[in-house]
Amino acid sequence: MSMLDKRMTPAEIVGELKDGMTLGIGGWGPRRKPMALVREILRSDLKDLTIVAYGGADVGMLCAAGKVKKLVFAFVSLDAIPLEPWFRKAREAGQIEVLELDEGMFQWGLKAAAFGLPFLPTRVGLGTDLADLGGLKHVQSPYDDGEVLIAMPALKLDAALLHVNRSDWRGNVQLFGPDVYYDEWFAKAAARTYVSCEELVDQMEDHYPDTAQANVFERCFVSGVTHIPCGAHPSSMPPAYGWDMKAFKAYTDAAKDPGDWNAVKDRFVGADEAAYLESVGGKEAVAALPLPVF
Amino acid sequence: MSEVTLAELCIFAASEAFRGNGEVVATGVGPVPRLGASLAKLTHTPELMMTDGEAYLVEQPVPIGPRGDYKPKFAGHLPFSRFFDSAVWSGRRHAMVTPTQIDRFGQINLSQLGGTHQQPKTQMLGVRGFPGNTIYHPNSFFFPSHTPRVFVAGEVDMVSGVGYNPAKRVPGGNYSAVDLRVIVTNLCVMDFGGKDNAIRVVSLHPGVTFEQVQEATGFELERGDIVETALPGAEELAIIARLDPHNIRASVIKDNPPARVGQA
Repeated sequence: MSMLDKRMTPAEIVGELKDGMTLGIGGWGPRRKPMALVREILRSDLKDLTIVAYGGADVGMLCAAGKVKKLVFAFVSLDAIPLEPWFRKAREAGQIEVLELDEGMFQWGLKAAAFGLPFLPTRVGLGTDLADLGGLKHVQSPYDDGEVLIAMPALKLDAALLHVNRSDWRGNVQLFGPDVYYDEWFAKAAARTYVSCEELVDQMEDHYPDTAQANVFERCFVSGVTHIPCGAHPSSMPPAYGWDMKAFKAYTDAAKDPGDWNAVKDRFVGADEAAYLESVGGKEAVAALPLPVF
Repeated sequence: MSEVTLAELCIFAASEAFRGNGEVVATGVGPVPRLGASLAKLTHTPELMMTDGEAYLVEQPVPIGPRGDYKPKFAGHLPFSRFFDSAVWSGRRHAMVTPTQIDRFGQINLSQLGGTHQQPKTQMLGVRGFPGNTIYHPNSFFFPSHTPRVFVAGEVDMVSGVGYNPAKRVPGGNYSAVDLRVIVTNLCVMDFGGKDNAIRVVSLHPGVTFEQVQEATGFELERGDIVETALPGAEELAIIARLDPHNIRASVIKDNPPARVGQA
Protein backbone atom coordinates (compact mmCIF):
# COMPACT_ATOMS: atom_id res chain seq x y z
CA MET A 1 0.00 0.00 0.00
CA SER A 2 1.47 3.29 -0.99
CA MET A 3 1.73 6.14 1.48
CA LEU A 4 -0.46 9.21 1.17
CA ASP A 5 1.66 11.81 -0.60
CA LYS A 6 0.39 15.40 -0.95
CA ARG A 7 3.60 16.92 -2.26
CA MET A 8 3.15 19.49 -5.02
CA THR A 9 5.23 22.18 -6.64
CA PRO A 10 4.28 25.81 -6.03
CA ALA A 11 3.29 26.05 -9.71
CA GLU A 12 1.01 23.01 -9.34
CA ILE A 13 -0.65 24.63 -6.34
CA VAL A 14 -1.28 27.89 -8.18
CA GLY A 15 -2.42 25.82 -11.17
CA GLU A 16 -5.29 24.50 -9.04
CA LEU A 17 -6.49 28.03 -8.31
CA LYS A 18 -8.98 29.66 -10.68
CA ASP A 19 -9.91 33.21 -11.63
CA GLY A 20 -12.62 34.59 -9.35
CA MET A 21 -11.85 32.31 -6.42
CA THR A 22 -12.02 33.33 -2.77
CA LEU A 23 -8.59 32.80 -1.25
CA GLY A 24 -7.70 32.90 2.44
CA ILE A 25 -4.13 33.78 3.35
CA GLY A 26 -2.87 32.82 6.81
CA GLY A 27 -0.52 34.69 9.14
CA TRP A 28 -1.03 38.19 10.54
CA GLY A 29 0.27 41.48 9.10
CA PRO A 30 4.00 41.01 8.48
CA ARG A 31 4.11 37.68 10.35
CA ARG A 32 3.95 34.05 9.14
CA LYS A 33 2.74 34.90 5.64
CA PRO A 34 2.97 32.32 2.82
CA MET A 35 4.80 34.89 0.72
CA ALA A 36 6.45 32.42 -1.65
CA LEU A 37 3.01 31.12 -2.67
CA VAL A 38 1.82 34.73 -3.00
CA ARG A 39 4.81 35.43 -5.25
CA GLU A 40 3.87 32.36 -7.31
CA ILE A 41 0.39 33.86 -7.79
CA LEU A 42 2.04 37.14 -8.79
CA ARG A 43 3.99 35.24 -11.48
CA SER A 44 0.74 33.72 -12.80
CA ASP A 45 -2.15 35.25 -14.77
CA LEU A 46 -4.66 34.52 -12.00
CA LYS A 47 -7.12 37.39 -11.53
CA ASP A 48 -10.40 38.66 -10.01
CA LEU A 49 -9.59 37.15 -6.63
CA THR A 50 -11.43 37.74 -3.39
CA ILE A 51 -8.73 37.83 -0.73
CA VAL A 52 -9.53 37.11 2.93
CA ALA A 53 -6.60 38.00 5.18
CA TYR A 54 -5.25 39.66 8.30
CA GLY A 55 -3.33 41.66 5.77
CA GLY A 56 0.29 42.57 5.26
CA ALA A 57 2.45 42.72 2.15
CA ASP A 58 0.54 39.73 0.77
CA VAL A 59 -2.50 41.97 0.37
CA GLY A 60 -0.45 44.97 -0.74
CA MET A 61 1.32 43.07 -3.51
CA LEU A 62 -1.83 41.37 -4.82
CA CYS A 63 -3.62 44.74 -4.85
CA ALA A 64 -0.67 46.41 -6.59
CA ALA A 65 -0.65 43.72 -9.26
CA GLY A 66 -4.36 44.16 -9.96
CA LYS A 67 -5.20 40.61 -8.85
CA VAL A 68 -7.77 41.64 -6.26
CA LYS A 69 -11.43 42.16 -7.05
CA LYS A 70 -12.52 42.22 -3.42
CA LEU A 71 -10.73 42.29 -0.08
CA VAL A 72 -12.11 41.04 3.25
CA PHE A 73 -10.00 42.64 5.98
CA ALA A 74 -9.78 44.11 9.47
CA PHE A 75 -6.45 45.83 8.88
CA VAL A 76 -3.56 45.82 6.46
CA SER A 77 -0.25 46.71 8.12
CA LEU A 78 3.47 46.01 8.26
CA ASP A 79 3.58 46.77 12.04
CA ALA A 80 6.71 48.95 12.17
CA ILE A 81 5.45 50.55 8.94
CA PRO A 82 1.85 50.94 10.11
CA LEU A 83 0.21 51.83 6.80
CA GLU A 84 0.67 49.28 4.02
CA PRO A 85 1.62 51.52 1.09
CA TRP A 86 0.33 49.52 -1.89
CA PHE A 87 -2.95 48.59 -0.22
CA ARG A 88 -3.37 52.27 0.57
CA LYS A 89 -2.84 53.25 -3.07
CA ALA A 90 -5.39 50.69 -4.23
CA ARG A 91 -7.96 51.91 -1.72
CA GLU A 92 -7.41 55.59 -2.43
CA ALA A 93 -7.79 54.86 -6.15
CA GLY A 94 -11.12 53.12 -5.44
CA GLN A 95 -9.69 50.08 -7.18
CA ILE A 96 -11.07 47.28 -4.99
CA GLU A 97 -14.32 46.24 -3.37
CA VAL A 98 -14.04 45.69 0.36
CA LEU A 99 -15.74 44.00 3.27
CA GLU A 100 -14.23 45.61 6.35
CA LEU A 101 -14.55 43.61 9.57
CA ASP A 102 -13.39 43.68 13.17
CA GLU A 103 -10.46 41.29 13.86
CA GLY A 104 -12.64 39.13 16.11
CA MET A 105 -15.60 39.07 13.71
CA PHE A 106 -13.19 37.96 11.01
CA GLN A 107 -12.14 34.79 12.88
CA TRP A 108 -15.80 34.25 13.84
CA GLY A 109 -16.65 34.21 10.12
CA LEU A 110 -13.89 31.66 9.48
CA LYS A 111 -15.30 29.52 12.31
CA ALA A 112 -18.81 29.73 10.85
CA ALA A 113 -17.39 28.47 7.55
CA ALA A 114 -15.40 25.75 9.32
CA PHE A 115 -18.56 24.46 11.00
CA GLY A 116 -20.67 24.69 7.86
CA LEU A 117 -22.94 27.34 9.41
CA PRO A 118 -24.43 30.24 7.45
CA PHE A 119 -23.45 32.69 10.19
CA LEU A 120 -22.53 33.03 13.83
CA PRO A 121 -24.13 35.68 16.03
CA THR A 122 -22.05 38.38 17.71
CA ARG A 123 -22.40 41.71 19.46
CA VAL A 124 -19.32 42.95 17.64
CA GLY A 125 -20.09 45.58 15.05
CA LEU A 126 -23.17 46.97 16.83
CA GLY A 127 -22.89 50.72 17.28
CA THR A 128 -20.32 51.09 14.48
CA ASP A 129 -20.49 51.67 10.73
CA LEU A 130 -19.48 48.08 9.89
CA ALA A 131 -22.95 46.63 9.45
CA ASP A 132 -24.21 49.40 7.19
CA LEU A 133 -21.07 49.49 5.08
CA GLY A 134 -20.75 45.72 4.82
CA GLY A 135 -24.42 44.83 4.40
CA LEU A 136 -24.28 42.70 7.56
CA LYS A 137 -27.72 41.67 8.80
CA HIS A 138 -29.11 41.45 12.31
CA VAL A 139 -30.61 38.39 13.99
CA GLN A 140 -32.73 38.15 17.12
CA SER A 141 -32.27 35.56 19.84
CA PRO A 142 -35.31 33.22 19.81
CA TYR A 143 -35.05 32.85 23.59
CA ASP A 144 -36.57 35.02 26.32
CA ASP A 145 -33.71 37.54 26.21
CA GLY A 146 -34.64 38.51 22.63
CA GLU A 147 -31.21 40.08 22.14
CA VAL A 148 -30.48 41.58 18.72
CA LEU A 149 -27.10 40.59 17.34
CA ILE A 150 -25.14 40.86 14.14
CA ALA A 151 -25.17 37.71 12.02
CA MET A 152 -21.55 37.37 10.94
CA PRO A 153 -21.69 35.49 7.63
CA ALA A 154 -19.47 32.47 7.08
CA LEU A 155 -16.23 33.37 5.28
CA LYS A 156 -16.17 30.30 3.04
CA LEU A 157 -12.86 29.96 1.24
CA ASP A 158 -12.29 28.13 -2.03
CA ALA A 159 -8.69 27.72 -0.97
CA ALA A 160 -6.37 28.74 1.86
CA LEU A 161 -2.63 29.31 1.67
CA LEU A 162 -0.49 28.87 4.80
CA HIS A 163 3.20 28.77 5.62
CA VAL A 164 4.13 26.35 8.42
CA ASN A 165 7.33 25.36 10.19
CA ARG A 166 7.17 21.66 9.34
CA SER A 167 5.12 19.16 7.42
CA ASP A 168 5.41 15.62 6.26
CA TRP A 169 4.35 14.27 2.87
CA ARG A 170 0.88 13.47 4.18
CA GLY A 171 0.21 16.95 5.52
CA ASN A 172 0.93 16.37 9.19
CA VAL A 173 2.01 19.89 10.05
CA GLN A 174 3.79 21.38 13.05
CA LEU A 175 3.53 25.09 13.84
CA PHE A 176 5.89 26.84 16.25
CA GLY A 177 6.52 30.40 17.33
CA PRO A 178 4.80 32.43 20.03
CA ASP A 179 1.53 32.78 18.11
CA VAL A 180 0.06 30.83 15.22
CA TYR A 181 -2.79 33.35 14.75
CA TYR A 182 -5.82 31.91 12.94
CA ASP A 183 -4.08 29.48 10.56
CA GLU A 184 -6.12 26.61 11.99
CA TRP A 185 -9.38 28.32 11.08
CA PHE A 186 -8.25 29.34 7.61
CA ALA A 187 -7.45 25.65 7.04
CA LYS A 188 -10.85 24.54 8.28
CA ALA A 189 -12.80 27.26 6.46
CA ALA A 190 -11.33 26.31 3.08
CA ALA A 191 -12.42 23.70 0.59
CA ARG A 192 -8.73 23.09 -0.12
CA THR A 193 -5.73 24.20 1.93
CA TYR A 194 -2.20 24.37 0.60
CA VAL A 195 0.75 24.65 2.95
CA SER A 196 4.29 25.64 2.21
CA CYS A 197 6.80 24.61 4.85
CA GLU A 198 10.26 25.48 6.12
CA GLU A 199 11.07 21.80 6.62
CA LEU A 200 9.61 18.75 4.90
CA VAL A 201 9.99 15.17 6.13
CA ASP A 202 8.58 11.94 4.80
CA GLN A 203 6.91 10.68 7.98
CA MET A 204 6.55 13.05 10.94
CA GLU A 205 6.42 10.25 13.51
CA ASP A 206 9.86 9.05 12.46
CA HIS A 207 11.45 12.47 12.84
CA TYR A 208 9.58 14.62 15.39
CA PRO A 209 7.26 12.46 17.50
CA ASP A 210 7.95 14.57 20.61
CA THR A 211 6.43 17.78 19.27
CA ALA A 212 3.06 16.47 18.09
CA GLN A 213 1.29 19.13 20.18
CA ALA A 214 2.43 21.59 17.52
CA ASN A 215 0.04 19.85 15.10
CA VAL A 216 -2.39 22.77 15.29
CA PHE A 217 -4.72 21.34 12.63
CA GLU A 218 -5.09 17.83 11.32
CA ARG A 219 -3.99 16.53 7.93
CA CYS A 220 -7.55 16.04 6.65
CA PHE A 221 -7.53 19.84 6.29
CA VAL A 222 -4.43 19.82 4.09
CA SER A 223 -4.73 19.19 0.35
CA GLY A 224 -1.22 19.99 -0.79
CA VAL A 225 2.25 20.47 0.68
CA THR A 226 5.27 22.19 -0.80
CA HIS A 227 8.75 22.66 0.59
CA ILE A 228 9.86 26.31 0.47
CA PRO A 229 12.54 27.25 3.00
CA CYS A 230 12.44 31.02 3.70
CA GLY A 231 8.97 30.95 2.15
CA ALA A 232 7.61 33.60 4.54
CA HIS A 233 10.24 36.20 3.63
CA PRO A 234 9.99 39.20 4.03
CA SER A 235 7.48 38.38 6.80
CA SER A 236 8.65 36.73 10.01
CA MET A 237 8.63 32.98 10.68
CA PRO A 238 9.55 32.39 14.30
CA PRO A 239 11.57 30.70 15.56
CA ALA A 240 13.42 30.42 12.23
CA TYR A 241 13.76 34.08 11.26
CA GLY A 242 12.39 37.55 11.86
CA TRP A 243 10.85 39.95 9.41
CA ASP A 244 13.06 41.81 6.95
CA MET A 245 12.30 45.46 7.72
CA LYS A 246 14.90 46.60 5.20
CA ALA A 247 13.02 44.77 2.48
CA PHE A 248 9.68 46.19 3.71
CA LYS A 249 11.23 49.67 3.67
CA ALA A 250 12.39 49.23 0.06
CA TYR A 251 8.94 47.92 -0.86
CA THR A 252 7.35 50.92 0.85
CA ASP A 253 9.68 53.40 -0.86
CA ALA A 254 8.86 51.82 -4.22
CA ALA A 255 5.21 52.76 -3.74
CA LYS A 256 6.05 56.45 -3.72
CA ASP A 257 5.59 58.55 -6.83
CA PRO A 258 5.26 57.26 -9.49
CA GLY A 259 4.74 53.97 -7.68
CA ASP A 260 4.34 51.83 -10.78
CA TRP A 261 4.19 48.18 -9.69
CA ASN A 262 5.13 46.85 -13.12
CA ALA A 263 8.35 48.85 -13.02
CA VAL A 264 9.40 47.51 -9.60
CA LYS A 265 7.76 44.10 -9.26
CA ASP A 266 10.83 42.14 -10.36
CA ARG A 267 12.59 43.29 -7.20
CA PHE A 268 9.83 41.97 -4.95
CA VAL A 269 8.65 38.91 -6.86
CA GLY A 270 11.58 37.58 -8.89
CA ALA A 271 11.50 35.40 -11.99
CA ASP A 272 11.28 32.35 -9.75
CA GLU A 273 11.69 31.59 -6.06
CA ALA A 274 15.38 30.67 -6.37
CA ALA A 275 16.10 34.00 -8.05
CA TYR A 276 14.09 35.83 -5.41
CA LEU A 277 15.91 34.15 -2.54
CA GLU A 278 19.25 34.89 -4.18
CA SER A 279 18.30 38.54 -4.56
CA VAL A 280 17.67 38.91 -0.83
CA GLY A 281 20.98 37.33 0.14
CA GLY A 282 20.11 33.65 0.19
CA LYS A 283 19.11 31.32 3.01
CA GLU A 284 21.93 32.45 5.28
CA ALA A 285 20.83 36.08 5.14
CA VAL A 286 17.21 35.16 5.88
CA ALA A 287 18.21 32.83 8.73
CA ALA A 288 20.18 35.72 10.25
CA LEU A 289 17.18 38.08 10.41
CA PRO A 290 16.58 38.75 14.12
CA LEU A 291 13.18 38.01 15.62
CA PRO A 292 11.22 41.24 16.14
CA VAL A 293 10.87 42.85 19.56
CA PHE A 294 7.42 44.18 20.49
CA MET B 1 16.94 65.39 38.95
CA SER B 2 15.88 66.81 35.62
CA GLU B 3 12.48 68.46 35.21
CA VAL B 4 9.44 66.19 34.85
CA THR B 5 8.34 66.09 31.22
CA LEU B 6 4.82 66.36 29.90
CA ALA B 7 5.15 62.83 28.53
CA GLU B 8 5.98 61.56 32.03
CA LEU B 9 2.98 63.40 33.44
CA CYS B 10 0.82 61.72 30.78
CA ILE B 11 2.26 58.30 31.64
CA PHE B 12 1.40 58.90 35.28
CA ALA B 13 -2.12 60.04 34.35
CA ALA B 14 -2.48 56.97 32.07
CA SER B 15 -1.48 54.69 34.94
CA GLU B 16 -4.31 56.12 37.04
CA ALA B 17 -6.81 54.90 34.40
CA PHE B 18 -5.91 51.32 35.37
CA ARG B 19 -6.13 51.79 39.15
CA GLY B 20 -8.10 49.06 40.87
CA ASN B 21 -9.09 47.34 37.62
CA GLY B 22 -8.46 43.86 39.04
CA GLU B 23 -7.41 40.77 37.09
CA VAL B 24 -7.87 42.10 33.59
CA VAL B 25 -5.43 42.38 30.72
CA ALA B 26 -4.13 45.95 30.70
CA THR B 27 -3.18 46.78 27.13
CA GLY B 28 -1.45 50.04 26.34
CA VAL B 29 -0.81 50.56 22.64
CA GLY B 30 2.02 53.02 22.05
CA PRO B 31 4.75 54.15 24.46
CA VAL B 32 2.72 56.37 26.81
CA PRO B 33 -0.25 53.99 27.28
CA ARG B 34 2.04 50.97 27.60
CA LEU B 35 4.28 52.68 30.14
CA GLY B 36 1.15 53.86 31.97
CA ALA B 37 -0.26 50.32 32.22
CA SER B 38 3.14 49.00 33.29
CA LEU B 39 3.49 51.70 35.94
CA ALA B 40 0.03 50.86 37.27
CA LYS B 41 1.00 47.19 37.64
CA LEU B 42 4.28 48.04 39.40
CA THR B 43 2.68 50.50 41.83
CA HIS B 44 -0.98 50.54 42.84
CA THR B 45 -2.52 47.65 40.88
CA PRO B 46 -0.22 44.61 40.85
CA GLU B 47 -3.07 42.22 40.02
CA LEU B 48 -3.27 43.57 36.45
CA MET B 49 -2.33 41.14 33.71
CA MET B 50 -0.28 42.14 30.68
CA THR B 51 1.63 40.72 27.77
CA ASP B 52 5.16 41.18 26.50
CA GLY B 53 3.62 43.09 23.58
CA GLU B 54 3.37 39.90 21.56
CA ALA B 55 1.94 36.66 22.90
CA TYR B 56 3.17 35.89 26.42
CA LEU B 57 1.83 37.04 29.78
CA VAL B 58 4.40 38.61 32.06
CA GLU B 59 4.26 39.57 35.74
CA GLN B 60 7.20 41.94 35.33
CA PRO B 61 6.30 44.54 32.67
CA VAL B 62 8.71 44.42 29.75
CA PRO B 63 10.76 47.58 29.04
CA ILE B 64 10.05 49.16 25.65
CA GLY B 65 12.51 49.35 22.78
CA PRO B 66 15.61 47.26 22.11
CA ARG B 67 16.18 44.88 25.01
CA GLY B 68 19.91 44.23 25.04
CA ASP B 69 20.52 41.40 27.49
CA TYR B 70 17.11 41.71 29.10
CA LYS B 71 15.04 38.55 28.73
CA PRO B 72 11.33 38.77 29.56
CA LYS B 73 10.16 36.09 31.97
CA PHE B 74 7.00 34.44 30.74
CA ALA B 75 4.32 33.55 33.28
CA GLY B 76 1.57 32.66 30.84
CA HIS B 77 0.48 32.59 27.23
CA LEU B 78 -2.08 34.82 25.53
CA PRO B 79 -1.59 34.65 21.76
CA PHE B 80 -3.92 36.35 19.28
CA SER B 81 -5.26 32.87 18.54
CA ARG B 82 -6.90 32.95 22.01
CA PHE B 83 -7.25 36.68 22.46
CA PHE B 84 -10.91 37.13 21.64
CA ASP B 85 -12.21 34.27 23.78
CA SER B 86 -9.83 34.87 26.71
CA ALA B 87 -9.57 38.65 26.91
CA VAL B 88 -11.81 40.67 24.62
CA TRP B 89 -15.11 38.82 24.41
CA SER B 90 -14.93 37.88 28.09
CA GLY B 91 -14.61 41.54 29.03
CA ARG B 92 -11.38 40.84 30.92
CA ARG B 93 -9.40 43.67 29.42
CA HIS B 94 -8.91 47.42 29.57
CA ALA B 95 -7.17 48.92 26.55
CA MET B 96 -5.73 52.39 26.10
CA VAL B 97 -5.29 53.28 22.45
CA THR B 98 -4.79 56.25 20.14
CA PRO B 99 -7.41 56.48 17.39
CA THR B 100 -7.04 59.04 14.60
CA GLN B 101 -10.33 60.76 15.45
CA ILE B 102 -12.80 60.87 18.35
CA ASP B 103 -16.13 62.70 18.53
CA ARG B 104 -18.42 64.01 21.27
CA PHE B 105 -20.07 60.59 21.62
CA GLY B 106 -16.75 58.85 22.18
CA GLN B 107 -17.02 57.24 18.76
CA ILE B 108 -13.53 56.59 17.37
CA ASN B 109 -12.00 56.14 13.93
CA LEU B 110 -8.87 54.32 12.86
CA SER B 111 -9.99 53.25 9.41
CA GLN B 112 -10.22 56.03 6.83
CA LEU B 113 -10.53 59.80 6.38
CA GLY B 114 -12.66 61.61 3.83
CA GLY B 115 -14.01 60.34 0.51
CA THR B 116 -16.24 57.29 0.51
CA HIS B 117 -15.90 53.75 1.79
CA GLN B 118 -15.33 52.62 -1.78
CA GLN B 119 -12.69 55.30 -2.33
CA PRO B 120 -11.42 56.93 0.85
CA LYS B 121 -9.32 60.05 0.56
CA THR B 122 -6.90 58.62 3.12
CA GLN B 123 -6.82 54.93 3.94
CA MET B 124 -5.46 54.17 7.39
CA LEU B 125 -5.18 50.86 9.23
CA GLY B 126 -8.74 49.59 9.11
CA VAL B 127 -10.99 49.16 12.16
CA ARG B 128 -8.67 46.52 13.68
CA GLY B 129 -10.24 45.26 16.92
CA PHE B 130 -11.96 48.51 17.89
CA PRO B 131 -15.57 47.36 17.28
CA GLY B 132 -15.11 44.34 19.53
CA ASN B 133 -13.03 46.13 22.15
CA THR B 134 -15.58 48.88 22.59
CA ILE B 135 -18.66 46.67 22.88
CA TYR B 136 -17.02 44.20 25.27
CA HIS B 137 -14.53 45.85 27.63
CA PRO B 138 -13.41 49.18 29.09
CA ASN B 139 -11.38 51.50 26.89
CA SER B 140 -9.36 54.64 27.48
CA PHE B 141 -7.51 56.90 25.07
CA PHE B 142 -4.29 58.87 24.80
CA PHE B 143 -3.72 61.69 22.33
CA PRO B 144 -0.30 63.34 22.17
CA SER B 145 -1.67 66.28 20.18
CA HIS B 146 -5.02 67.66 21.30
CA THR B 147 -6.48 69.44 18.25
CA PRO B 148 -9.84 69.83 16.51
CA ARG B 149 -8.52 67.46 13.81
CA VAL B 150 -8.52 64.72 16.45
CA PHE B 151 -11.45 65.88 18.60
CA VAL B 152 -13.69 66.45 15.63
CA ALA B 153 -16.88 68.46 15.25
CA GLY B 154 -19.87 66.35 14.23
CA GLU B 155 -19.04 62.66 14.01
CA VAL B 156 -15.90 60.75 13.08
CA ASP B 157 -15.52 59.88 9.38
CA MET B 158 -15.94 56.14 9.96
CA VAL B 159 -17.31 54.84 13.26
CA SER B 160 -14.80 52.12 14.14
CA GLY B 161 -15.59 51.93 17.85
CA VAL B 162 -18.88 52.13 19.74
CA GLY B 163 -19.63 55.34 21.60
CA TYR B 164 -22.64 56.73 23.41
CA ASN B 165 -24.48 57.92 20.29
CA PRO B 166 -28.14 56.89 20.71
CA ALA B 167 -28.74 57.18 16.96
CA LYS B 168 -26.20 54.41 16.33
CA ARG B 169 -27.76 51.92 18.72
CA VAL B 170 -29.86 49.25 17.05
CA PRO B 171 -32.82 48.56 19.38
CA GLY B 172 -32.52 45.27 21.23
CA GLY B 173 -28.73 45.22 21.15
CA ASN B 174 -26.79 44.76 24.37
CA TYR B 175 -24.62 47.79 25.06
CA SER B 176 -24.20 47.15 28.79
CA ALA B 177 -20.43 46.62 28.49
CA VAL B 178 -19.73 49.84 26.59
CA ASP B 179 -17.47 51.57 29.09
CA LEU B 180 -15.33 54.47 27.93
CA ARG B 181 -13.19 55.59 30.83
CA VAL B 182 -10.47 58.20 30.51
CA ILE B 183 -8.93 60.43 27.85
CA VAL B 184 -5.40 61.65 28.51
CA THR B 185 -4.01 64.32 26.17
CA ASN B 186 -1.08 66.71 26.11
CA LEU B 187 -3.40 69.32 27.64
CA CYS B 188 -5.69 67.61 30.12
CA VAL B 189 -7.46 64.52 31.43
CA MET B 190 -11.13 63.99 30.57
CA ASP B 191 -13.75 61.37 31.30
CA PHE B 192 -17.24 60.50 30.08
CA GLY B 193 -19.01 61.58 33.25
CA GLY B 194 -21.00 64.49 31.80
CA LYS B 195 -24.68 64.52 30.90
CA ASP B 196 -25.53 61.38 28.89
CA ASN B 197 -21.86 60.36 29.03
CA ALA B 198 -20.67 63.66 27.59
CA ILE B 199 -16.94 64.26 27.68
CA ARG B 200 -15.85 66.53 30.52
CA VAL B 201 -12.52 67.90 31.64
CA VAL B 202 -11.52 66.58 35.06
CA SER B 203 -7.95 67.83 35.31
CA LEU B 204 -5.82 70.37 33.50
CA HIS B 205 -2.09 69.94 33.14
CA PRO B 206 -0.07 72.63 34.94
CA GLY B 207 -0.46 76.03 33.23
CA VAL B 208 -3.26 74.92 30.85
CA THR B 209 -6.66 76.63 30.97
CA PHE B 210 -10.09 75.16 30.24
CA GLU B 211 -10.47 77.72 27.44
CA GLN B 212 -7.30 76.43 25.77
CA VAL B 213 -8.66 72.91 25.86
CA GLN B 214 -12.05 74.01 24.55
CA GLU B 215 -10.31 75.93 21.75
CA ALA B 216 -8.46 72.74 20.75
CA THR B 217 -11.65 70.67 20.68
CA GLY B 218 -14.20 70.53 17.86
CA PHE B 219 -17.19 70.12 20.20
CA GLU B 220 -18.39 71.59 23.46
CA LEU B 221 -16.78 70.16 26.58
CA GLU B 222 -18.28 69.94 30.03
CA ARG B 223 -16.42 71.04 33.14
CA GLY B 224 -16.00 68.48 35.89
CA ASP B 225 -14.61 69.38 39.32
CA ILE B 226 -11.39 70.43 37.68
CA VAL B 227 -8.10 69.98 39.51
CA GLU B 228 -4.50 70.24 38.35
CA THR B 229 -3.17 66.98 36.90
CA ALA B 230 -0.85 65.34 39.42
CA LEU B 231 2.85 64.99 38.67
CA PRO B 232 4.62 61.67 39.15
CA GLY B 233 6.83 61.38 42.21
CA ALA B 234 10.41 60.16 42.43
CA GLU B 235 9.38 56.51 42.73
CA GLU B 236 7.18 56.66 39.62
CA LEU B 237 9.82 58.54 37.64
CA ALA B 238 12.42 55.91 38.50
CA ILE B 239 10.09 53.12 37.34
CA ILE B 240 9.30 55.00 34.12
CA ALA B 241 13.02 55.49 33.44
CA ARG B 242 13.69 51.80 34.02
CA LEU B 243 10.82 50.72 31.73
CA ASP B 244 11.93 53.12 28.98
CA PRO B 245 15.73 52.96 29.03
CA HIS B 246 16.03 54.47 25.53
CA ASN B 247 13.86 57.48 26.42
CA ILE B 248 11.37 56.70 23.66
CA ARG B 249 8.85 58.74 25.67
CA ALA B 250 10.78 61.89 24.72
CA SER B 251 9.64 61.46 21.09
CA VAL B 252 5.91 61.18 21.82
CA ILE B 253 4.92 64.83 22.32
CA LYS B 254 6.28 67.52 19.99
CA ASP B 255 9.48 69.09 21.33
CA ASN B 256 9.22 66.99 24.53
CA PRO B 257 8.12 69.91 26.71
CA PRO B 258 8.34 70.00 30.51
CA ALA B 259 5.20 69.23 32.50
CA ARG B 260 5.09 72.77 33.86
CA VAL B 261 4.65 75.43 31.20
CA GLY B 262 7.43 77.99 31.06
CA GLN B 263 10.08 75.69 32.48
CA ALA B 264 12.69 74.18 30.24
